[in-house]
Formats: sequence, C-alpha cells, structure tokens
Amino acid sequence: MNFSEVFKLSNLLCKFSPDGKYLASCVQYRLVVRDVNTLQILQLYTCLDQIQHIEWSADSLFILCAMYKRGLVQVWSLEQPEWHCRIDEGSAGLVASCWSPDGRHILNTTEFHLRITVWSLCTKSVSYIKYPKACQQGITFTRDGRYMALAERRDCKDHVSVFVCSDWQLLRHFDTETQDLAGIEWAPNGCVLAVWDTCLEYKVLLYSLDGRLLSAYCAYEWSLGVKSVAWSPSSQFLAVGSYDGKVRILNHVTWKMITEFGHPATVNNPKIVVYKEAEKNPRLALGRLAFPPPRAAPGPSSTTESKYEIASVPVSLQTLKPVADRANPKIGVGALAFSPDNYFLATKNDSIPNAVWIWDIQKLKLFVVLEQLSPVRAFQWDPQQPRLAICTGGSRVYLWSPAGCVSVQVPGEGDFQVLSLCWHLNGDSLALLSKDHFCLCFLETEERVGTTFGRPGDHT
Amino acid sequence: MCTVFSVPSAQKRILNKVFRILISHLVTNFEENIFFYQELTTFGFPSLYEESKGKDTKRELNIVAVLNCMNELLVLQRKNLLAQENVETQNLKLGSDMDHLQNCYAKLKEQLETSRREMIGLQERDRQLQCKNRNLHQLLKNEKDEVQKLQNIIASRATQYNHDMKRKEREYNKLKERLHQLVMNKKDKKIAMEVLNYVGRADGKRGSWRTGKTEASFFLRNEDEMYKILLNDYEYRQKQILMENAELKKVLQQMKKEMISLLSPQKQKPRERADDSTGTVISDAEEDAGELSRESMWDLSCETVREQLTNSIRKQWRILKSHVEKLDNQVSKVHLEGFTDEDVISRQDHEQETEKLELEIQQCKEMIKTQQQLLQQQLATACDDDTTSLLRDCYLLEEKERLKEEWSLFKEQKKNFEKERRSFTEAAIRLGLERKAFEEERASWLKQQFLNMTTFDHQNSENMKLFSAFSGSSDRDSLSVHSRPRQKKPHSVSNGTPVCTSKLTKSLPASPSTSDFCQTRSCASEHSSINVLNITPEETKPNQVGREGTNQKWSMASRPGSQEGCYSGCSLTYTNSHVEKDDLP
Repeated sequence: MNFSEVFKLSNLLCKFSPDGKYLASCVQYRLVVRDVNTLQILQLYTCLDQIQHIEWSADSLFILCAMYKRGLVQVWSLEQPEWHCRIDEGSAGLVASCWSPDGRHILNTTEFHLRITVWSLCTKSVSYIKYPKACQQGITFTRDGRYMALAERRDCKDHVSVFVCSDWQLLRHFDTETQDLAGIEWAPNGCVLAVWDTCLEYKVLLYSLDGRLLSAYCAYEWSLGVKSVAWSPSSQFLAVGSYDGKVRILNHVTWKMITEFGHPATVNNPKIVVYKEAEKNPRLALGRLAFPPPRAAPGPSSTTESKYEIASVPVSLQTLKPVADRANPKIGVGALAFSPDNYFLATKNDSIPNAVWIWDIQKLKLFVVLEQLSPVRAFQWDPQQPRLAICTGGSRVYLWSPAGCVSVQVPGEGDFQVLSLCWHLNGDSLALLSKDHFCLCFLETEERVGTTFGRPGDHT
Repeated sequence: MCTVFSVPSAQKRILNKVFRILISHLVTNFEENIFFYQELTTFGFPSLYEESKGKDTKRELNIVAVLNCMNELLVLQRKNLLAQENVETQNLKLGSDMDHLQNCYAKLKEQLETSRREMIGLQERDRQLQCKNRNLHQLLKNEKDEVQKLQNIIASRATQYNHDMKRKEREYNKLKERLHQLVMNKKDKKIAMEVLNYVGRADGKRGSWRTGKTEASFFLRNEDEMYKILLNDYEYRQKQILMENAELKKVLQQMKKEMISLLSPQKQKPRERADDSTGTVISDAEEDAGELSRESMWDLSCETVREQLTNSIRKQWRILKSHVEKLDNQVSKVHLEGFTDEDVISRQDHEQETEKLELEIQQCKEMIKTQQQLLQQQLATACDDDTTSLLRDCYLLEEKERLKEEWSLFKEQKKNFEKERRSFTEAAIRLGLERKAFEEERASWLKQQFLNMTTFDHQNSENMKLFSAFSGSSDRDSLSVHSRPRQKKPHSVSNGTPVCTSKLTKSLPASPSTSDFCQTRSCASEHSSINVLNITPEETKPNQVGREGTNQKWSMASRPGSQEGCYSGCSLTYTNSHVEKDDLP
C-alpha cells in the first residue's frame, strides 16, 4: 500500500473524473486537474470566488465549479483550456448546480427553489422548470442518462415529473401519495422510481417509469420513518433504513419486505465476526518524547498503533444515547450501501456510531461488524470488488474485504484526519480527504491483495 | 403343705412367725375373735373349727383349716399385691400415655392454630393480590384509555399541523410566485451565460428547432422510447422468470422421475396390500410420465400440463411423505427401544431371554439324553454280554458304594442316638436319686416341724390330721402336683430338651391319679424314672427331627443372600415374595 504526497485541498472538493483519468481538486478559488497516475498538474483553472461545488461532466470533458454565494457557475473544458463558460444566476441566487447526464446541460436550482434553470452548452437555449421541491433528494437521473425525475410541489401536493434528458420534454407527471415527499431515486435499471416520504411518516412508494404506482410499503406508523434508501446495483433489492434502527429489504417482484435487519447493540451470534479496533502503545521511546513534537498537537493517535482484534461474542457495542429534545435525533440507519457485486450491504446505525454492519445479501444475514474507536464518518465500496473503505476522522483508513480487514495509518507529517474518501473507478486507488489536504492511497494489485488482507495493522 | 415350701425362705420365716402368733392368739382369745372368724367364713373361707356334733362341746380350732386359710389369704394377698403392682404400673403407663397424648394434643392445637393463622395470612395475601390485580387492571384500562386519547391527540395535532402547513405553504407559494415575478420579470441582465463558443452535443447531433409539429412528434417518440424501455425491462424480467421457471420445472421433473423410480420397487407391496389409492396414483403418475416424456410437454407452460404435473407431483409427494413418516415412526420406535435398552434391559426382554435360554438348556439336555440313550442302545446292540454285565457291575458297585456311605451315616446317627439315650437314662437315674434325697429331706423337715409343733397339747391329733387333710380334696392334690415340675425343671433343663420337659409335665399329672399321696410319694422316683425312660425314645426322636427341621429351615433362610441365621421361615417367604415382586413389570 503506497501513499502519495499530500496536496492542499479546500471544502473537501476532490473528484475523480468519470473516465478515471483525471483528478480534480479545489484549493480556495483554484481548480487543479491532475493526472491520476502521475499526479502531475494538467490544468489549473482560477475561478472568481471560492469554489463550493465541483462536478465532472459525464464524458469527463468539462468540470463545473459552483460558487453558491455569488450565484455563479463556471465551467472549464479539459480539452480546450482557453474555453470558458460562466453562468450567472443573478438575484435569483443559486443553491444547487449539477450536470445533466449528457454533459451539455447544467441544471441550476435557484434560491428558495423557485425554479430550475437548464442551461445548454450547445445552444443558447435556456429552459426553466418551475416548482421544484426543496427536499433531501429532489432530482434523480436514470443510470443510462435518458430520464430525469424531479420532485415538485404544487398546490400543497407532491408531484413527480419525469423528463426526457435529451430534449427536456416532460414525459410523465403524476402526483404521489405522500404527505411531504423527502426523496426520489431511480432503480439502476431505470424502470422503477422509489419515492419516500418525510421522516414523520414511514412510506415508500414505487412508481414505474410510466407513472404507475407499483407498490406502497409502510412498516409502521406514528414514529419516525425512513432515514435512508439504497437500491442494489442489480435493482433487485431496495434497502430502506429507518429511525427504528432497522433496514428492511424489499424485493423487485412483489415489492414486499423479504427481510428485516436489526442493529442490536449486542452481537450474540457466534457466527458473526466482530472486528474491534484496538489501540496499542507499543513503544513510548524516551528519545521520541524528549524531542519536541513536530506539530503543536500531534495527538496520541499518531504515535499509537491500531489494529483489529476479533472480539469473542457476545459483544456489546458502544451506543449513543439520543437526545430526546433535539430535532434530527442521532438514531436510525443513516447510511446504506450495497457492494457493487450485490453480495454485501454496509450499514451504519447512527445510535451506534462506531460500528459498520456488513450484511450478507445472499444469505440475508449479518456477516461482519466492525467497531471502530471513533465514530464512522464515511464508508464507500470499491467499485470493482467487495471491498469497503471506512474513515472515522482519524489518521487511519480502514479496509474490509471478506478475507479480513486492515487499519492503515496515513503517513506524513502531523495528523492527517481522514474526513472523507472516494474510490477510483478501477479500485486501484483511493483519495483520502482531510480538512485541507488530500492524498491518494494506492492499493496493491490483485495478486498481492490476498497477502495483505488478513494481516491486520500493517502498512507501508 | 408343699405350698409352704414353694415360698421363698425369707417369706417362709415370716409366715412361720405369723403362724405362731396367730395360733397363740387364736388359742387364747378365741371368744373375742368370734367375729373375726365369722367374717372369715363370710368371705368364703372354710370354718376354722372342727365341726362338732354336739352343741355343748366346745368348738375347737381346726389348725389345718387355719393354715389353709392362712395360705389362701397369703396367696390372695400376694395376688392382690401383684395386681396392685400391675395396676400401679398400668396407672403409671396410662399417666405417661395421657401426658404424651396431652402433649400431642397441645402440639396439634398449636399446629392447627398456626396453620389457621397461615391460612388467614394467605387469604389476606390473596385478597391483597386480587386487589392489586384489580387495581392493575384498572390502571391498564386507564393506560389504554390514555393511549387512545393520546393517539387521538396526535391525530388531531397532525391534522392541525397539516392544515397549518398547507396554509403556510400556500402563503409561501404566494411569496415565491411574487418573488419569481419580481426577480424574473425584471430583465435581470445578470442572469446570463457567457460562453466562449457553444460546444457540440455529446451524441454529435445538431439541435433541431422546435415547432409544434416536431414537439408532438418528439413527445410521441419519447413515449415510444419509454415504452420500449419498459417493454425491454419486462421482457428481460420475463425471460429471467421463464428461465427460472424452466429450471424449476426441470428440477420438478427430475424429482418426479426419481420419486417414481423410488416408489416403483414398492409398487408391488402396496398393490398386494390392495391399497387402491396408491396403486391408481402410481399408475396415474406413470401415465403422466409417459405422456410428458412422449410429448416433452414440460417445455410448455400450458396450464393443463402444469396442473397435471403439479397434481401428480403432489400425489407422489403425499405417498412419499406417508412412506417417510412411516419410516420415521419406525426409526423413532427403534430409537426409543434402543434408548430403553441403553438404560436398562427391560424385564420382558430379560424374561424372554431367560426363557429362551432355559428352553435351549432343556433342548440341550434332551439332546444329551437322547444321545446318551442312543449311545447306550448302540452299546447294548453292539457290545456283547460281558461288557453289559461289566457295565451293570459297575453300576452295582457304584450303588453299593453309595449304600455303604449311607450305612455308615446311619450307623453314626444310631451311635449318636444311643449316646443320647444313655445320657437320658443317666439323667433319669440321677433325677430319681435326687428325688429320693429330696423326699427324705422333706420327711425329715416335716418331722422336725411336727416335733416343734408338739410343744402344743394336741400334737398327736394334729399330726394325724395333717395327713388326712392332704388326702382330702383333689385340687390340693393337683396343686401339689403342679408344684412338682418346678422342682423338676432344673433337671430336665440340664437334659437340654425343653420340649421334652413340657411333654413330661403334661404326661405326669395323669400318673399320680391315685388318691393316696403316700403311695405316689413312695413310687414317685420309680414312676418318674420309668416315665422318663418310656418317654425318651419316643419323644426325643421327633424332637430331634424337629430340631433338624428347624435347622434346615434356618439354613434355607440364610441361603438367599447374607441374611442372618436368626431369620425365620417368614423371612424366607418374604424373600420369596420379594423375588416374585421383582418379576412383576
């Protein structure tokens, strides 16, 4: 496992291009595009203000940089560095900006969700979509990029409009049976749209592409409902995480629940492997202590070693007592992710923030529990194989695969607190993002991976 | 008189004294004590005076009567004392019993009290619990009501909230609209896009102008595409489902075939059992299979075929299931039996086994016997007379030996008997001698007594009367006789045959039936000795046999197990019964 040198970064804005060739990162108002392999700077663009959002176009030819404060979007071309495009939303303001799947249109959401402006880079045409709904996830594109579904709010009723992305024609428009729609998401096959209601009511609705209601699912009433939703890559399962700390898996034939994954605080089943991160202070050499530390506060975590230990069941996990009088309580399943091969589902229960649960979807059983020393910030599956990368805001990155798991210390001066991470397309490298730095972590090739896993705690 | 001798010596002396005093008293103060005599007579004692024929003649005191009276009185006294003692002991016993019972009573009373208290306590607790239960029920009801109320409140609040939300949203929408108008209508120059040059479309096509016509056509095209996509998806899914179905059908088919093949070997059996249903089902299944294999229909998803298939499978499955259940039952039975076997061998099995073994033994014995017979026959037929005679001789010799042994045994027994008889006779002789000596002693003693008594005036007459008194009533005789065995006892005990003595005591009273005491006395020694001699051979024999019998019993009793020899036949029967009990399941 190799690490690149550390580069500067701001706002955690660092993205691989969809074709996997480039890496875009932002430092204040500068956009830096590097080659993934050499990490040499290919292009350097200067924006008008501090960049708040960047996005690669689907064809990896353009990058948009949004500066919400100024209502500005700047688009850069990788092929033609001199080409530039600036979109000003003016007094309407800007809260969100994204590419259309064709990479030639930009969708800007104005302040107060007054409208969505569709700017075309090919023609001068501008389209407006009125009444977009301000919600968790109001826009979703099908994976093939043909259709866009948009949540709308008209006359105190939720609607969904399906647009054809090629010419922005409205294909279907239907109202949903939701109180207060919270999110929509296309199935990967692009034929089913999952719609879920606000957390006050547990309701998941499934619509066909042509607007027919396929099914409605409600697990319980009265208490807080859906918190997160994820489709399996095969579109076969829809995982619904809710505030009761359970994940319910719906199937694509009858759209009924096939199983329910609870997240209990104690793991009793001896078949479940519980990896517990353990910290050790193997050497507290006097010589090391005698010198003043290179930085003001390196923290104890940089000097200690951590490794995974297989805990013997029953294991009780650290739980967080939710604050009852606060909104958005830290309970329920807040994060869900299927592995790209559909075999595993990683979940995180917000009331047990240190643990990541990995479920075997073939057997529909809990497979592994990883308990970290600090709350899990983010986790992401390797796009190529069942391999999960986890970060906890410390100086380590954790990797799990069915063969075992490792904890890797990020080398370098001082503390590199990994707040976020993203995988490269081919799964060979991993970008680790801290508050103002980022580095790349290169993983071994397939042949050597096998030897690396199963030996917890080693790093190069 | 012999009663006097029967009393212990100390008492004898006391009696002597009293006797003298009484006599002197009687002689001196006869007149004064007339009432006393009368009283005595009224109590049923014979009068102390000689019955005189004439009235004027002075009544004389009958010493013998007095003595008898005395004696009787003494006996009475003793009896009374004994009775008193008995009564006292009984009294004591009863008293202690009473105490014990009282104690018991008190204890039971206490127990009753405590149990009553306990009962009351339990009742109280029960009542309290019931009360609590009622309260809890009430609480539950209240809680339920509360829940209902709260749910209603929540619902009402939700509706209120929704209503407010709607109102607010409407306002918000109005504001939005207004803002939109304000922001968008004013030709905001800022809202613009600066592009160096427009880029080509990703698909390389050129954008087309939109007109009403094209719009419609576009829409139609989009619709078409959408439906195409949906169709594709459905087709894909259908294909998948079909594939899955085909796989499942294949599995089903295979299962069916296997089932048929599995069930066909048993086909004969059920048919033999005249089990019509299974037979027909199997034939059906066969037909079905034939049809299916002929037409290979399982490729088609025709409903009728499916029905047929599923039905036949179901039927076969039922058969298989019943069969498996049967097997399971059998297995479980075997298991159960096995378990019992593991624990203890069941008695039935044990018995059966033993019976079997016994039978086997019997058979073996018979076999041996027949073999022996055959051998003998063979020998008899095959061998000549010499050998047979030799054999016979052999047998005779054997028998002779056995007889000899028995003879010696008998001889020994005889010797023993002789010895015993001799000892008996010796003992009898000794007894006779002792008796003689005793008689002499008694005579001398009596003589002495009378000599002592001769201090009184009517010494001679008394002496005479004493004899006559003894010859009088028969019960006195029997009394005296009764006292005799007591004296004899030590001798007989020394003989070591207690049963024998009892026999003697029984037999003896008959012998001195003669009224003359002197005669009896004179011949007593001879008589008794003769008696004893006569008896011994007759009595000891059964006695000894009896003893042997008891001995046998004892040995038998002690045989089953390590029981002590003191166990009687009862114990033997007990053990027997125990054994019998064991046999019971």
